[in-house]
Amino acid sequence: MANAKLWGLKKSPWVFHVAAASCNNCDIEILDLLTPRWDVERFGIVLVGSPRHADALLITGVLNRKSLPRVIDVYEQTPKPCLVIGVGSCTCDNHIFAPSYNVVGPYDKYIPVDVYIPGCPPKPEAIIIGVVKALKRLG
Amino acid sequence: MSPIILLFNFVIFPGFLFSAVVGLFLTWVDRKVTARVQMRVGPPWYQPYADFLKLLLKETIIPQGASKVLFFLGPLLGVVSMSIFAVMLFYMNFNPDKTFVGDLIVMIYLLALPPIGVIIGASASKNPLASVGASREMTQYFSYELPFLICVAIVIVKSGGSIRFGEIVLAQQNTAPFLYSISGVIAAIVFLLSAQAKLGYVPFDAPEAEQEIMAGPYIEFSGVALAMYKLSRAMMLFLLPLFIISLLWGGFTSWWAILKFLLLIVLIVLIKNTNPRLRIDQTLKFMWLGLGGLSIIGLILAFYKL
Repeated sequence: MANAKLWGLKKSPWVFHVAAASCNNCDIEILDLLTPRWDVERFGIVLVGSPRHADALLITGVLNRKSLPRVIDVYEQTPKPCLVIGVGSCTCDNHIFAPSYNVVGPYDKYIPVDVYIPGCPPKPEAIIIGVVKALKRLG
Repeated sequence: MSPIILLFNFVIFPGFLFSAVVGLFLTWVDRKVTARVQMRVGPPWYQPYADFLKLLLKETIIPQGASKVLFFLGPLLGVVSMSIFAVMLFYMNFNPDKTFVGDLIVMIYLLALPPIGVIIGASASKNPLASVGASREMTQYFSYELPFLICVAIVIVKSGGSIRFGEIVLAQQNTAPFLYSISGVIAAIVFLLSAQAKLGYVPFDAPEAEQEIMAGPYIEFSGVALAMYKLSRAMMLFLLPLFIISLLWGGFTSWWAILKFLLLIVLIVLIKNTNPRLRIDQTLKFMWLGLGGLSIIGLILAFYKL
């Protein structure tokens, strides 16, 4: 049973895109990733419109006081098991926004993040390898 | 018929299990053809099964304040009605002499149940986007049902006033399929487009419009409930073309029916891939004025045996 669950999750990770106050570059790269050119549907990755349908959350942007409760809300509304993938340098170490009074720090202070993808913005290839690493981490 | 055979019919062949497996496979055909149209590779053959398995084993969240009974009744209604529909469709095709008066009407009612299930589930889920989706689903249901029913009337007129499904199939096998006439072609066009709307495929996907109201009626559904909705949609993708073939193209008892069936599936997928989405008011106008008018012309032609 556990094996079947893992197999299903690994073969069809549906992603929900959480744009938590990013500068849009990472969002554009994610949209680029979902175009026919990269064809992530080969791996069963589909963009869904509701966090209820999602298995993986692609989070972009630096976490600040305004976006923190929303991000936690979205994470709690997602049925478990779910992966959390931080896209972009901002999610890793707050990047150039680190000295700001409004920034409340990297994501894993609040929610468990499975994989961080650095880059400003990361290339679609980098995002694909990040998702693959997150899936491998499942077992 | 003994109860065990009846149970076998409902649960395994040709009811729930068979139509579910074939239907899920057809959603793969749909996704693969879509991928080829967009010049990409597309998902592997087991993709819909993996999706379904994953959804079955995932957590199911019931939204706060939602009606629990109706929230699960909605998804279940579609699957159950499609299973019964599958049994009736296969049984009447292979044993046309066992038909009873009004089974065509029963089948039309069973086809009406999945959209009603979607509306019930969406209304029970307590989400503003879901209620927008439910109201659109309702409008869409009323829009495609009118030309669809007029075309069923065309079939009834052409079969000499019979509302027995088996007799309609037999009448076509004894003479010629109803498709080979002007009114038959009109009925086929209208049936195909109403099937498109019933499946919620582009251009008639305003109810679930991913880009504007997220997933519309399905927005609050997760896990098993969402899997049931996906499954009833997949079963419909399998059964609706078979329904069209048995009403217009001489039933599916011969092997030729597989080619006819594939032709209809590919047509549905190609219409889906080459059209933009209609707004819900445009859908209503197109269905009532366009296809409704066309099917009334077809009905008049059918009376004159054209």
